[in-house]
Amino acid sequence: MSTLAEPVPQVQAPAEAADEAQLTYRDAINAALDDEMSGDPAVLLIGEDIASDGGVFKTNAGLIEKYGPGRILNTPICENGFTGVALGMALMGMRPVVEFMFSDFLPTAGDQIVNQLPKYRFMSGGQCAVPVTIRSISGGTGRFGTQHSATGESWFMALPGLRVVTASSPGSAYALLRAAIRDNNPVLFHEHKGLYGRKGPVRRGSIAEVGKAETVRGGKDVTIVATLLMVERALKAADALVEDGIEAEVIDLRWVRPMDVSTVRASVERTGRLLVAEEQVHHGGWGASLISELTMGGVGWSAPPAAVSLPYDQPVPYSPPLEDALIPGADRIAEVARSVARH
Amino acid sequence: MTDRPDHIPWFRKMLEIRLFEEKVQELFMAGLIEGTTHLCQGQEAVPVGAVAAMHADDVLTNTYRGHGEALARGMDAEAAFAELMGRSSGCCGGVGGSMHLTDFSKGNVGANAIVGAGLPIALGCAMAFKLREEPRVALTFFGDGATNIGTFHESLNMAAVWKAPIVFVITNNLYGEYSPLRSTTPIEDLARRADPFGIPGVVVDGQDVDIVYDNTLSAIERARSGGGATLLEMKTYRYRGHSRADPAKYRPDGELEAWKARDPIDILGGRLASEGQLSAEEQQNLRKEVSAEIDAAADRAAAAPPPTFEEIQSYVYAG
Ligand SMILES: Cc1ncc(C[n+]2csc(CCOP(=O)(O)OP(=O)(O)O)c2C)c(N)n1
Ligand SMILES: [Mg+2]
Repeated sequence: MSTLAEPVPQVQAPAEAADEAQLTYRDAINAALDDEMSGDPAVLLIGEDIASDGGVFKTNAGLIEKYGPGRILNTPICENGFTGVALGMALMGMRPVVEFMFSDFLPTAGDQIVNQLPKYRFMSGGQCAVPVTIRSISGGTGRFGTQHSATGESWFMALPGLRVVTASSPGSAYALLRAAIRDNNPVLFHEHKGLYGRKGPVRRGSIAEVGKAETVRGGKDVTIVATLLMVERALKAADALVEDGIEAEVIDLRWVRPMDVSTVRASVERTGRLLVAEEQVHHGGWGASLISELTMGGVGWSAPPAAVSLPYDQPVPYSPPLEDALIPGADRIAEVARSVARH
Repeated sequence: MTDRPDHIPWFRKMLEIRLFEEKVQELFMAGLIEGTTHLCQGQEAVPVGAVAAMHADDVLTNTYRGHGEALARGMDAEAAFAELMGRSSGCCGGVGGSMHLTDFSKGNVGANAIVGAGLPIALGCAMAFKLREEPRVALTFFGDGATNIGTFHESLNMAAVWKAPIVFVITNNLYGEYSPLRSTTPIEDLARRADPFGIPGVVVDGQDVDIVYDNTLSAIERARSGGGATLLEMKTYRYRGHSRADPAKYRPDGELEAWKARDPIDILGGRLASEGQLSAEEQQNLRKEVSAEIDAAADRAAAAPPPTFEEIQSYVYAG
């Protein structure tokens, strides 16, 4: 028998920071997959069109050549079915990474994502672990139209047993994906298709902490919490706000579940002001939950918290100027941050 | 019929399942089991015959109507009763209940309450075995009604394309909840649903444990030797309604009686008596013995406490 079934110990990141490289977001994801696959023979990739030509978004380049078809299982078009296959593999000691070509397809696997992955361990009375990672390709700006542009980052946040994480930069994509694959629980990992070409520093060997937000810019006047593409835009807004004499603190929330309310609370206790920047409608999303948690926890607001979200109650349109106008930009984030800061 | 395992344990196991289910009914009436429960009296030859063909390290997934497979795979009746009563000593710590009798230590890796959900999960187990080159097989048990849901077709397709070591077992009891099969499904022999995927589909007399065993064994050995998936259709009948609340008034007159005339326990019992292996009297004694064991298991189960929230917290996330 092979040793693949043996449980993988949870390894902490090596203390000595491995070499840092400038990678694109796409290559950072590729590197995380490669490093996990080379370090642990139980890790394998599952999904549609993932093997040839690096996959639809080229995140898997070179992996089929390196690991072969036994580690990269190309599937028919049946998201609910192949997500169930991943669950079964996980029960037998594998650590599958499932690719969803577009987050908009997640609901076709609704049963596996809602009823199976998060509940399987629970309803068995803790007899098993379900180390399945779903990589879900999210977000707008690509002119992909109404059914290929959702972030979906809050659709599955109300499920105990599941973890939901979002990657905003090459460095965080690398460290978060490695953390997701190593976690012994189902993790829904959202990557933003508008970020694939971005370059940034990646610390090879780094593994992020589960459930920890990251403060990506310090400031004392207003706290901006963002995910995915909105982090980059919030940082740009923060640059612009300097000219108004406003110092914005920007927090990349990273984990939608479990949500790091305490990092945000500590920031808001200093600034008294909060803005959530989200590429989704505000209702039923992480921004609304975050504000609710802080408010119920008795944060002393100096100004009412605000949200920059999709401004119209509409799905994402194809029309390029309308798509651009719908998805929050740095200007809109800066404008709302100004009014919050001056309240 | 030579060279087969001893039949007496099979007979005993079928009795155990029958009497377990009858006891469940009784405990329901007494208020010791709440919610819902889906019983399998009349279908016992399917779990007993099919599970007998499995190796110890093979695995199965099944459904909410899964008490038969759980017991056939060696679950202790007390752990099963305790689970149905929501006690912390239950096989799933009391959080699963009647629809989720699961025991990983016995390769019973998930009873599912979502129709069709267990099929791709079993296929994933099978694919793990295949990719690791382990000589193990996965079985998945599901109902006739489940052959109309997407995961059935998705799973047969993937299993066929990948030549996976899996056996798909339909327990065709002619009804999906209150709907007769013919009102939901345009063909009578569900084994034909294997044809579009290019895998074998076999109609099996699900009342005769020997026939169930033989056909399952061939399918399992075929899977184990690299031949790929098989779809088995076990023709059988549930004596009770769909669930606790269902008096099964939708059944035509005489149907239940006709099936009871081919009762799986009587069929094997008759064979054992005529072969001189177990006389009618010995069978009666065995029934009494099993019945006493079932009663004692239920009593012990009822004495255990329910779980606490602290206890079940660790079931949500793995460390
Ligand atoms: C996806 C889904 N739809 C509906 C139900 C409700 N339901 C539970 S059992 C059942 C009938 C299933 O019939 P069959 O597959 O023949 O299995 P049987 O109950 O006869 O064993 C239905 C409709 C469910 N549990 N899951
Ligand atoms: Mg049925």
